Amino acid sequence: MSSPTLPLSPDDAGGSSVPDSPALVIRGLAKRFGEKIAVNGVDLDVPAGSFYGLVGPNGAGKTTTLSMATGLLRPDHGQAWVHGVDVWEHPLEAKKLMGILPDGVRLFDRLTGEQLVTYAGLLRGMDRDTVAERVADLLRALDLTNDAGTLVVDYSAGMTKKIALASSLIHAPSLLVLDEPFESVDPVSAANIRDILASYVGSGGTVIVSSHVMDLVQRMCDHVAVIAAGTVLAAGTVDEVRGESSLEDRFVELVGGRNTAEGLTWLRTS
Amino acid sequence: MVAHLLRLKLTLLRNSLKRSTWALIGVILGGLYGLGMLGLLIVGLVFLGSADSTVIRNVLVIGGSVVVLGWIVVPMVSSGIDMTLDPARFVTFAVPMRQLIIGLALGAVIGIPGIVTLLASLAQVGTWIRFPAAAVAALICAVFAVLLCVVASRLATTAVISLTSSRRFKDVSSMVILVPLILVGPIIAGVATGFEQSPGFANELAAILGWTPLGVFWAVPADVADGAYLTAALRFVLGVGVLALLAWLWQLNLARALVTPAYNAVTRKGAGNLGFFGRFPATPTGAVAARALTYWARDPRYLGSIVIVPLVPLLMLFFAAQSGDYTLLNFVGPIIAFLLAWSISADISYDNTAFWLHLSTGVSGRADRAGRALAVAVISAPAVLVFTIAPLWISGSLEDLPMMLGLSIGVLLTGIGFSSVVSARYTYNVPLPGESPLKTPPGTGFSMFAVQMIGWLVLLVLVIPELGLAIAYLVTGNSAFGWLTLLVGCVLGTVLLLVGLKVGGQWYDRRAPEQLQAVSVNK
Repeated sequence: MSSPTLPLSPDDAGGSSVPDSPALVIRGLAKRFGEKIAVNGVDLDVPAGSFYGLVGPNGAGKTTTLSMATGLLRPDHGQAWVHGVDVWEHPLEAKKLMGILPDGVRLFDRLTGEQLVTYAGLLRGMDRDTVAERVADLLRALDLTNDAGTLVVDYSAGMTKKIALASSLIHAPSLLVLDEPFESVDPVSAANIRDILASYVGSGGTVIVSSHVMDLVQRMCDHVAVIAAGTVLAAGTVDEVRGESSLEDRFVELVGGRNTAEGLTWLRTS
Repeated sequence: MVAHLLRLKLTLLRNSLKRSTWALIGVILGGLYGLGMLGLLIVGLVFLGSADSTVIRNVLVIGGSVVVLGWIVVPMVSSGIDMTLDPARFVTFAVPMRQLIIGLALGAVIGIPGIVTLLASLAQVGTWIRFPAAAVAALICAVFAVLLCVVASRLATTAVISLTSSRRFKDVSSMVILVPLILVGPIIAGVATGFEQSPGFANELAAILGWTPLGVFWAVPADVADGAYLTAALRFVLGVGVLALLAWLWQLNLARALVTPAYNAVTRKGAGNLGFFGRFPATPTGAVAARALTYWARDPRYLGSIVIVPLVPLLMLFFAAQSGDYTLLNFVGPIIAFLLAWSISADISYDNTAFWLHLSTGVSGRADRAGRALAVAVISAPAVLVFTIAPLWISGSLEDLPMMLGLSIGVLLTGIGFSSVVSARYTYNVPLPGESPLKTPPGTGFSMFAVQMIGWLVLLVLVIPELGLAIAYLVTGNSAFGWLTLLVGCVLGTVLLLVGLKVGGQWYDRRAPEQLQAVSVNK
């Protein structure tokens, strides 16, 4: 089965006008929710053209960090720049450069899939013909053409993820920030999405994905940062971070918390 | 196993009380109120015993039939019904069918509605105490009647379980139930006048209901008291037969439900229909308007506001008929203008976290506000015009039209402008997307109440010029004041609308991330 490829590359107005500036720079981002410090001074440098993985255990602050870096959540401290544009000083310019797939939020799910992606394009001020053309391409690439007229509320979890991804790609951003993009997506669609993202990075775009599937990150990404308890434990190229061991072993070593005690002896069937 | 199921139900009931002290106090107060009402009901039933036996029969049969009907209908239309012993939750456990049935049936009696029904039914014995044979019959029939309630109710729930998992059914049913709820006053009044006007009506109704499954068990003691033992026996056999039939059907349905997981039937549709997105200009404002209008047409929470519109004049007509003063009916236009304009005052709360799309696409506050305002204007303009002109035309007072039109237009424009500011600044807990518009979300409380009341007051202050001119017209009868109301309504309304959009847009630009954080608490 040949995987569809999407002629997706960042618009000229995007990153290529400032080719040398890093795609995303984060300095000292911090956020507190009541008593709990969710993110405690995170610094990150995401080079342009990299495929950057953000890994960490549940509740590590990945989603909070990405929300603050993309202008969805106002940080208590710190700054973020997208291709040199300060996200919180010039939000509209910064958001033009970014495509975002947040995790754990609703969609306007009483729209059909086609309407939702169209909506995302029109909200960004794109013209009708370009939107229509790209919507058709995206639906085809993500294998959603047959369900384009179905309401998103009736989609399965994986289809919902895919339609949200399509909405984040419509304006050909130069930086894609994807929070848990492969959760509940079937293997074939996941492979298609990986191909799309790989060709996007190949054409000069930058992708940041958060995940807790180490194997996936190790295969897909060239850079990785390990986050736990709101701080960055390690960051760099995948080879730098994992050293001699596998990424998963290195991650467990950094984060800790493995339960090695013998237990559940009754569960053995023999 | 039956004991396990009953203990599970009791534990669930107890845990639901333990969640918070305030909830417990609420339950205790509610329980005391319920107990008081139940006490009154029981006392009433006992006192009923001194009435004529025909009256007793009518009251018990009709009242009892309503109770059985309630047990059948309420679970079907209300999604908030007690589903703690939902058969679907027992799919993964291997519970023998016979024990599951008995456990579920008895479990359904445990709980406030079941206990209330049981106690009230047993109070019948007190009603018939003057006729010892009838009292014994009442005792037996009370138990059977409650069993019938429970089995019929469970059968109905199991039967619609495949339906209730379908989103379309949920959407439609949550809309349909709005209508009788709003009209409950007029309906009760109508039935009451029906009884008043024809005394034989109750007799006929009771006679018919007594031979239907709804009333059969309630009529048996009356037959015994009248000495019609054969009829009583016949009715009782009929009732037991119906009960057995329903139980058998329930078992069949349950057996099937246990091996057929809930499934939401969806017809897949291809691309090509953009709906409102194809008709509005391809700008951010047009897109927001198209999206909002799609929601007005598809989301039960918005549709509820539209369904209410034609019911408002009906309600007012009813109250006008009672008081005999129909002049208030002429003001239905401004009232509908107010309701519709205010309905977008919680727009961002209704979006819930889907609002992130607006935030991440960097849509300007001006476009967001204007789009939402445009959508509600498209809906409300024709409705307000029709409901402003029609009452005046019917009542033959079209000469009031300039004044009334000025008032309607002024309230509508000012209201939309003001709502645009309110929804950019305040959020409160509203029913979540996909929930019934009737559902009161947790944490609704003082903040929502305050925003609503203060909002209405401010809106009232903002339309004072139109109101003043309208009153001047009504007092003096000088048509110049009427035309002036129209002029001020249009001009001042437009100005306030534009100011509202601008201020709301600025607030939005400054506070959109905070708004997203505020609505994401309610999920």
